[in-house]
Amino acid sequence: MAVGAYTRPTRLPDALAALRDGPCTVLAGGTDHFPARVTSTPDEAILDITALPELRGIRRLSDGGLTIGACATWSAVIAADLPSACDGLKAAAREVGGVQIQNRGTVGGNLCNASPAADGVPPLLSLDAEVELTSLDGVRRLPLDGFVLGNRRTTRRPDELLTAIRIPPAALDGTGRFLKLGARRYLVISIVMVAGTLVRAADDTIASARLAVGACSAAALRLRELEAALVGRPLAEAAATVTAQHLAGLAPIDDVRADGEYRCEAAAVLVRRCLADLAAA
Amino acid sequence: MTVTIALTVNGTERTATVDPGRRLARVLRDDLGLTGTKVGCDAGDCGACTVLLDGAQVCACLVSAAQANGASIVTVEGLADPDGRLSALQRAFHRHGAAQCGICTPGMLMAAADLLSREARPSRVQAMDALGGVLCRCTGYQKIVEAVLDVASNAPDPAMPASGVAVGARVARLDGTGRLDGSELYADDQHPDGTLWLKVLRSPHPLADFTLGNIDQWMAATPDVIAVLTAKDVPGSNSFGIYPTLKDQPVFAERFVRYRGEAVAAVVVENRAAFEGIDLVGFPITWNPRDAVVGIEAALAGGAAQLHDASPGNVLIRGRVATGDIDAVFAGADAVVEDDFETPFVEHAYIEPEAGWARPIDGLDGSRRIELRVTTQTPYMDRDEVAHVLGIAPERVRIIPSAVGGGFGGKLDQSVQLPLAVAAWTLGRPVAALWTRPESLASSTKRHPARMQAGLAADKSGRILGYRFNGDFDTGAYASWGPTVAGRVPVHAPGPYRVPAVLATSAAVYTDGPPAGAFRGFGVPQAAIAGEALMDRMADRLGIDRLEFRLTNALRAGDTTATGQRIEASVGLAACLEALQPHWREYLDTCSAADACGGPLRLGAGIGCMWYGCGNTSMSNPSIMRLGLKPNGSLVLYNGALDIGQGSHTIMAQIAADALGAPLSLIAQVCGDTDRTADAGKTSASRQTFVSGKASELAGRDLRAQLLRLANAGDDAVLDFEDGRVVVLHDGQTRAIDLEGLPVDSEGDALVGTGTFDPPTEPLNADGQGTPYATYAFAAQIALVEVDLELGTTKVLKMVAAHDVGRAINPTLVEGQIHGGIAQGLGLALMEEYLPGRTENLHDYLIPTFGDMPEITCILVEDPEPLGPNGAKGIGEPALVPTAPAILGAIRHATGVEITRVPALPHRVRAALRAQARAAE
Repeated sequence: MAVGAYTRPTRLPDALAALRDGPCTVLAGGTDHFPARVTSTPDEAILDITALPELRGIRRLSDGGLTIGACATWSAVIAADLPSACDGLKAAAREVGGVQIQNRGTVGGNLCNASPAADGVPPLLSLDAEVELTSLDGVRRLPLDGFVLGNRRTTRRPDELLTAIRIPPAALDGTGRFLKLGARRYLVISIVMVAGTLVRAADDTIASARLAVGACSAAALRLRELEAALVGRPLAEAAATVTAQHLAGLAPIDDVRADGEYRCEAAAVLVRRCLADLAAA
Repeated sequence: MTVTIALTVNGTERTATVDPGRRLARVLRDDLGLTGTKVGCDAGDCGACTVLLDGAQVCACLVSAAQANGASIVTVEGLADPDGRLSALQRAFHRHGAAQCGICTPGMLMAAADLLSREARPSRVQAMDALGGVLCRCTGYQKIVEAVLDVASNAPDPAMPASGVAVGARVARLDGTGRLDGSELYADDQHPDGTLWLKVLRSPHPLADFTLGNIDQWMAATPDVIAVLTAKDVPGSNSFGIYPTLKDQPVFAERFVRYRGEAVAAVVVENRAAFEGIDLVGFPITWNPRDAVVGIEAALAGGAAQLHDASPGNVLIRGRVATGDIDAVFAGADAVVEDDFETPFVEHAYIEPEAGWARPIDGLDGSRRIELRVTTQTPYMDRDEVAHVLGIAPERVRIIPSAVGGGFGGKLDQSVQLPLAVAAWTLGRPVAALWTRPESLASSTKRHPARMQAGLAADKSGRILGYRFNGDFDTGAYASWGPTVAGRVPVHAPGPYRVPAVLATSAAVYTDGPPAGAFRGFGVPQAAIAGEALMDRMADRLGIDRLEFRLTNALRAGDTTATGQRIEASVGLAACLEALQPHWREYLDTCSAADACGGPLRLGAGIGCMWYGCGNTSMSNPSIMRLGLKPNGSLVLYNGALDIGQGSHTIMAQIAADALGAPLSLIAQVCGDTDRTADAGKTSASRQTFVSGKASELAGRDLRAQLLRLANAGDDAVLDFEDGRVVVLHDGQTRAIDLEGLPVDSEGDALVGTGTFDPPTEPLNADGQGTPYATYAFAAQIALVEVDLELGTTKVLKMVAAHDVGRAINPTLVEGQIHGGIAQGLGLALMEEYLPGRTENLHDYLIPTFGDMPEITCILVEDPEPLGPNGAKGIGEPALVPTAPAILGAIRHATGVEITRVPALPHRVRAALRAQARAAE
C-alpha cells in the first residue's frame, strides 16, 4: 500500500493481499491508534480491518473450544454467553477504559499493541489462549506467551494478520478471576493485575490452576511454578501456597504509577487474593 | 486521499468528503458544523467527545471517518425532544445543576443517553459505570449522578423566583440551556471566515540555548506556511507577567528557554487543514541543552545557576507574618509537634484546552484596533497584556471571552492570547489557535510545589500557643502568580485558629520547571496540609478529640488574627464544627466497629479546617457592575465577572434583581466583553460573589434609587416593569415613569444603575501586620476512608462538608462548588502529580473519576458578612482547601502512618506502612 492510502476491505483475502503488498498500519478499534497520533500524524498506509466479517464474533467450536474474532470488542466479550472459566476475561473487559473504549477496542488489537499493561493479556494467558495468524501463505497458531514478546513487540510478521484468539476446550473448565490495581477507579492504566483460573477436584483439592501477572514485566507472565505447586493442594491452602520464589520471574519497572518494589509486593498480595477468591468460588 | 462518506446524523442523511482516516470528532465539528461535540484530548482519555454510534457510546476522537460511513450517529444536538424542548435527560441535568462549565456535558449526556436507552431506571452503580469514561473537573460528579437517577421522575424545572426572593433560591443556571443542547460556543467552536491558524514551536528541553536556522528556506519548502513569528516580530514589549513590575516571561523566547514547553516561535498557516497537518519536526532550530535546575532544593543550593538576574539566589519574593515571641512560646510549651511536608506540581486539567482567535478591526474613529475571542478568566488583564505586547493603548484592544470550559486559575495566565495578537496585528488577518492536550499540559501554569517545615506548640489543656511555618514554593521558570502565593500563604498558614505567637515565612523560588501560577487556593491548600496534620498530632498527643481540639481553638467573632486584624463578624468556623459533631461521632463509631472485624481493610476518619480571605491580599481589587433599563422595560446587567462554570452569571442577576426589586426573569446580560462591560476584576481569589456580587447589589440599588426619585416614592415602593414604563406603587399610590420619553445611551439604555465595590483592606508591614482581607470564608470537612493495608490503596467513602458562606445566594450552585472542590482536593491528596515530559496526557496525569468520589453531604452555614451582598462571601477556593487534610488525617487514623508527601499513591502508603512495621520490630 502507498503512504497516505487508507483501505477498508470487506474480504479477508483482500486484506491479506494488502499486507503482502507492503508495510501498513493495521487499524481496528482505534483506541490505541489515535492516541498515538495526537501531536503528529506519521506518513503511513492504513489497513482498516473492521469491515472483515471473519474477524468478528465469539463462538464455541465443535471441539468445545472457544474462538474470539480478533475484532471482537470488549463489549462483545462482556455480552457473550461464556463459561465461568471466562469470568476473569469478562472482568478484564469491564476494566478496559470506559464503556466508550469497551465498545470500540478489540481483543486482537489489545494483543497486537502489546503494552505491558494490556488488560487482555493476563486473563487470556490464564485461559491458555492461542493466537491465529493468517497470511496469504496460510494460518499458523502460537501460544499467546509465544506471541507477545515484550513492550510493543510481537512475533506477528508484517504480512500477517491476527485473525482470532482460540481457547482450548481444556482451559474452559473451572472458574476465572481478574484483579486490577490502579490509582483510580475508572480509566486507569494498571499498576499490577492478576488473572487466574482454577479447577477444583471432587475432594476439594486443586485439580489445576493457571495464573498470570500483568504490568510487572515487559510482557505479562504465567506463574508456571506456582501452578505446578498448587496441583493437589487443598483449596483452603491455595493462597498460602504462594512463595516469593513463585514470583521471582517478575521484573517490574519504576514509573510514574508505582515503583518496582511495590509492584512485586502488590503482585503477591493480588495473587493470594485471586487464589483465595477462586478457591471460595 | 479523500472519500465521500454518508452517515445519518441526528436522523438526517449527511455526506462529507474527507480523509478516510480523519477522526469522526473532526468530521462532526469541522465538516458538518456540529460543534456541540467537544474535544478535550484526542486520545479517548476524557470522553468529552462521546457520541452514539449505532446506538452505542463511543469516543468520536477514536473512530475514523471510514468506520463511521453508513452509521447512525447521535450527538448532543440530537438529544432534544422532537418539539425542540430539552429532553427529560437534559432537563434533569438542568434542575440538578449537573452542568457547570459545560465542556464535559455533551459527553456526559450521550453516555447517559446510551445507558437510559437500555435501562430507564438505572442504579447508582449502573450510572457510574456507564458514565465512568467521561471526566469532569468541575462538579465532583455528584450532581451528574443525581440527575441521571432522576431522569425518570420527569420533575418540572425549578420555577423562576418572583420579585424580591431571587437570593437564596435554587435557580437553575440562567445560561444552562446552551450547555445542554450543544449550542454554547466555546473557544474552538466558532471562527471568523478565512482565518489563518497558528502553531507554536515549543522547547523540548527544560533549559537550553538555541539558534534559529534559515527560516525563509524552511518556509519555502513547507506548504501552506504564511509566516513564522519570533521575538523580533513582537511590535511592543516581548514580555508579560501578572505583576506590572515582574513581566519576566517572553512571548517568544530569545536565545534560550527556561522550561520544557516554552514558546519559541509561531508558525502561521493558511487554514485548519494545514494546521492539523503541520509538522514542526523539521523546523530550523539548533538546541544546546544545559543542566536544568529541577526543584526547590537545587535552586536554593549554594552555587546553583542564577536563573533570573533580578532575583539573587533564585528567590523571587518572600512573605512573612510574625506576632508574639515565638521562641519563648515553643521553649515553654507543654507539647510541640513538628514535621516537614512536600507537595508536587498539580495541573488544572480543565477539559477545554486553550483556544481562540484574534483579528484586526476598525475603531469608530478609523484607528486600527484588535479583537480577541479567547477562553479566559480575566478579560481585562488580557486586554492590558495584549496592549503591552503590541505597544498600543488598552482601549484599542477588545476581549470577548468565549464560554470557558474550566479554568480553576489556569486561565488567569496568558496562553493563546499573545501569539494570536502578534500574528493578527502584524499580518492584518484573523488568526486562530488551539493547543493540543500535551501542549496544554506542557506549556500552562501549575499549582506550586511546596516544601514546608512546620511546628505547633500547645499547653496541656489544649490551647494553641504558637505556630512556626516556613514554606518554599517552586514558582517554576517565570514569576506568574508566585508573589500572590508567597503573600497569601503566611497569612493563612496558622489556620483558622487563635494562635498567639506566629512566625510564618514563605519564598517563591525560581526553577526550570513549568511556571507555577494561580490554582484554586494560591498555596493555601498546600499550607493546610502541613497545619492540619500537626493539629491532628497535637490533639492525639494531648489525648483530645481532633474535632474538639479544633473547636476549642477556633477563631470567633471579635478575635484577632496573626496579622493583627480583629474580625468582627461572619466567623462561622465554630458553627461548622458544631454542625459536624454528630457526623464525626458516627464516623468514629463506624471505624471502631470495623476495626473489630480485622482483615486488611481499615477505616479511618479525618478532619480538616480552613479559612480563606476573599479577594486580593492587601491590594485594591474593585468591581464595577452596571444595570441598564431599556425603554421597553427590559433590563440588562453588564456583567464583567466571568462565569467559568461556577455560576456567577446566575447569581449576579439574582443579587441585582432583588436589589432593584424586579423579577429575575426580566434580566438579560452582556458578559465579559471589555467594550461593553466595566471591569469586574478576575474570576479568582473567591472574590466574584463577594466583590462583584456587592457591585451588582449596589448597581441594582442605584437603579432603584433613580426610579424612586423619578416617582418621588419611598424605599418600600413596589416596582412593576412594563413595556414603555415602570409602574411604582407606594402608599397605595401608583405612579408611572414613562421610559419612552427618556434619552438612551449607546447601549440603548434609558437608565443605568452603577455599583462599585472594592473590599477595604490595608497593606501588611514587614511583620505581616495589617488587614489583608475584608472578609474570610470558613469551613470544616470530615472524611471517612478505607485503606487497604496490604496494597496501600485508599478509597474515600463519605465526606461531610460544612461551609460558612455568609449567605448562599444559590444553594445548588454553592453545593456544586463544594463537590467540585472536594474532587480536586481528593486528587491533590491521592493521585495528582505533574511531571514535566512524563505526564503530559490525561491517562498518565490522573484526575478523579466518577468512581473515586465519596458520597458528599453539604452543610451550609450562613453567618452573614456585613460587607457582602445579602451577607454572602466566597466559596470557590474554600471548597478545596480542607479536603486533602481531612483525607490524609483519615489515612493516618486508619493506619497510624503519617503521609507527609502527597499524593498518597499506593506505593507511598505502602512504603510508610513498611517503615512503620520496621520501626515496631
